[in-house]
Amino acid sequence: MTLHDHLPALAVVVPLMAAPVIVALRRPTAAWAVAVAVSWACLAISGQLLQSVLANGPFSYLLGGWAAPWGIEYRVDPVDAFVLVIVSAIAAVVSLYAKTSVAKEIDPDRQYLFYAMYVLCLCGLLGMAITGDAFNVFVFLEISSLSTYVLVALGRDRRALTAAFRYLVLGTVGATFYVIGIGLAYMMTGTLNMADMAERLPAVAHTSTVRAALAFLVVGIGLKMAAFPLHLWLPNAYAHAPSVATAFLAGTATKVSVYVLLRIVLGVFGGTGLLTALPLMELLMAMALAGMFVGSAVAIWQPDLKRALAYSSVAQIGYILLGIAFLSETGLAAAIVHLFNHAIMKTALFLALGAIVFRLGSARIEDIAGIGRRMPLTMAAVLVAGLSLIGVPLTVGFVSKWYLVEAAIGAGLWPVAVAILLSSLLAVAYVWRIVEAAWFAKPSDKALAATEAPTALIVPTWAMAGAAVWFGVDATGTMGVARAAAAALLKGVAP
Amino acid sequence: MTPPVLMLLALLLPLVAVGPILMARRNPNLREAVSLAAAAVLFAVVLGLFGPVAAGERPELVLVEMLPGLSLALKLEPLGMLFALVASALWPVTTLYAVGYMRGHHEKNQTRFYAFFAVAIAAAMGIAMAGNMLTLFVFYEVLTICTFPLVTHAGTAEAKKAGRVYLGILIGTSVVFQLLAIVWTWAAAGTLDFVPGGILAGKVSDGAVAVLFALYVFGVGKAAVMPFHRWLPAAMVAPTPVSALLHAVAVVKAGVFTVLKVTVYVFGLDLLAATGGGTWLVWVAGFTIIAASVVALTKDNLKARLAYSTISQLSYVVLGAALLAPVSVLGAAVHIAAHAVGKITLFFAAGAVMVASHKTEVSQLAGIGRRMPWTMGAFAVGALSMIGLPPTAGFVSKWYVLSGAVETGQMLAVAVVVASTLLNAGYFLPIVYSAFFGREVHDGHHHDHGEAPWPSVAALTLTAAATVALFLMPDWAIGLAGDLVGR
Repeated sequence: MTLHDHLPALAVVVPLMAAPVIVALRRPTAAWAVAVAVSWACLAISGQLLQSVLANGPFSYLLGGWAAPWGIEYRVDPVDAFVLVIVSAIAAVVSLYAKTSVAKEIDPDRQYLFYAMYVLCLCGLLGMAITGDAFNVFVFLEISSLSTYVLVALGRDRRALTAAFRYLVLGTVGATFYVIGIGLAYMMTGTLNMADMAERLPAVAHTSTVRAALAFLVVGIGLKMAAFPLHLWLPNAYAHAPSVATAFLAGTATKVSVYVLLRIVLGVFGGTGLLTALPLMELLMAMALAGMFVGSAVAIWQPDLKRALAYSSVAQIGYILLGIAFLSETGLAAAIVHLFNHAIMKTALFLALGAIVFRLGSARIEDIAGIGRRMPLTMAAVLVAGLSLIGVPLTVGFVSKWYLVEAAIGAGLWPVAVAILLSSLLAVAYVWRIVEAAWFAKPSDKALAATEAPTALIVPTWAMAGAAVWFGVDATGTMGVARAAAAALLKGVAP
Repeated sequence: MTPPVLMLLALLLPLVAVGPILMARRNPNLREAVSLAAAAVLFAVVLGLFGPVAAGERPELVLVEMLPGLSLALKLEPLGMLFALVASALWPVTTLYAVGYMRGHHEKNQTRFYAFFAVAIAAAMGIAMAGNMLTLFVFYEVLTICTFPLVTHAGTAEAKKAGRVYLGILIGTSVVFQLLAIVWTWAAAGTLDFVPGGILAGKVSDGAVAVLFALYVFGVGKAAVMPFHRWLPAAMVAPTPVSALLHAVAVVKAGVFTVLKVTVYVFGLDLLAATGGGTWLVWVAGFTIIAASVVALTKDNLKARLAYSTISQLSYVVLGAALLAPVSVLGAAVHIAAHAVGKITLFFAAGAVMVASHKTEVSQLAGIGRRMPWTMGAFAVGALSMIGLPPTAGFVSKWYVLSGAVETGQMLAVAVVVASTLLNAGYFLPIVYSAFFGREVHDGHHHDHGEAPWPSVAALTLTAAATVALFLMPDWAIGLAGDLVGR
């Protein structure tokens, strides 16, 4: 076997091994350099994997050469590869931004910890996406979660500690539910390999054990992905974490959890017929709609913009969940493409907010008053990504909205189609509040003293904002992958 | 250059001009020279397209495949040609006017003004040349967003409030109604191309046609059909050149243009006539024409009166479409041009009065015609065109709309047109009369003044002349509108 054949394992092993190296190096600049190198290496690996899966179809990698279902199987299909690329691309761009921002927000003697956790978190997220083993998902879930708690706790505000603690408690509940669910499914099938489990579950689908397993899994994953009303850990965690951590997590962590939901609920339980026998999709749809409206409405009133955007994430997760709940190819494609689209625009926004925090020391609405003229490039990025949140044409947000509405119409759910459009108007309210504060309000004292953010922050921010436009003008590539992924996922779902 | 290249040029030229405009921000003369030059070249480019389109050519150009199977594409047909000609012809004139106005009025942030103005024109060109409904929608939204900084140019609390109304209604209607209608059309017909005769026949049920048509009409908030008209009076807080070119020509005409385009190319007159899906619109448009005129009567602020007059006049176009008679649709298309030249003249005059005398209310205008004969003379021409009297352009288009109403025997529409003619006379003629024959009131605040700066006067004289010229030589517009309905 050549090195190329080991790419699936390398995607996980490289960041995992990098963590102790960073701890050993300790020097902030060296630690950062390793984190950058690892993130870009992971992006290169993920890109390779996506390319080969699109060219040659799905393939498996047997860890340690042990054949599935006994050994751990890494399975790469279009969905995995797409998620891998999203996560590692965001990690790569954010890593470039990290040096300047982290230097400002975290004490020098702790910075190496930040970078060590950063690559560990990346390792966990990539592992969840690539593995084909249900228990292995749990392992990587814990790797990413534990490192995330540390990342949040590194926020310089003491409130970061309570936020991290709350996240720790709820995150652990979620992980525990997940492992209970997998345990029950294992009890009934005797296997942990997802493909194997999917084959054996239909035979025992009528048992209440399997139904309980599904329930535990949905709630557990729902907690990790912050689906309304299981989102309570998210606003504080995003608001008080270091800016870099927020940007990275907002674009990746919840997205990978959505991926796990797709994998487990559709991929593993799809063949059991339970998805339609139980009112599960109706439940998901209700959660999605409630999240879309409540998340956006709450976002309008938040004085702290990081919190406002965190609530906006709750709403956006609602859109993704809604797409899944349609259980149609268009709906699933909309959900999957929105994974990507939302990751891009939210990362752009949190990076821009990080640049504002870098200059002002705060991202409160009263402090950013009049900032539009002082930091024109940063605020222009906020505007572009904000327009994308609203779903204005020529941005990625429009693409997601289009397919969600098409899926709703295709399912004959007219009120839902109207609800999608109405809820996007709430985004106008919370985005325009920022616009009015930045360009119309009298400059605050902090804004008067501010100047444009350093280039090291502007460039990654605009890379993301630019991507939000690029993939909005030409969405054929992303939609092509999303459609292929949706079709692959739906194949296993019993009617 | 081939027509597709010219189309691309028409779209990109105003955008490219933004760069030099921004770079010349320290040198106002150069900045405005760039604006004027870009505007003049754009007009020449659009004029270059007129010949081929009038000869029956329909140039096409795919910009980019945006969603799988759905492209951003341009395709120029007669109605778009008409709209593009009107908007591009009035851009240089407005720029000339703006030079006098913005300096005379000591406006701030003039560079930003000229830059966004150019983007707005590019968006208008995109709307005019849109080859399918998705492309039209994209440029429609771009136009909304890039005019927001123009509307809120003053940056005051009042401007901010007006901006909220502007954005709220235009974005709200376009997202909730229009986008829903477009996705629905896409789901039902499998295409969004503009095809003569429509794309929906046999694809949706008869009852759904009326609902879908309503989603389109109300989704196009820029057409200002009541009850979604409030953004237009709110937008009057903008500098007058913006009100003149955008809120009398580019933006509002983009609205009624979209309504006409959807009527003819998405539904098709036959489908709407067969299903009765457009009948309700005669009532709504008729109501808007009358109600807006009545409100205009009560407005003392000149720009507010003009804004309500615009709402009323826009619904003439909508009415012409709703009548579904080819001759009334022809009239509606011609009215896009006729109302444009007349109303821009009126706004230019209102702005010139504001710059020269700082007067904004109708009641202050007594005797001003003797101080500003050119301005108020032009105003009189514009007023005649609004009423629909010869020798002005308004007569031509009103004639065709009225013929269509008579031809189809829709007496309600006839009554609306007659009543609104009287109302228009009621709120325009007293202004003209008192300007020339009234006695000037001296309230101590206003000083001696003459005409506004010469560029502004030159601009409004030009548009007044165009209003008369369109009456004398309407053939080109009637020809294009005739091609639209196949007459």
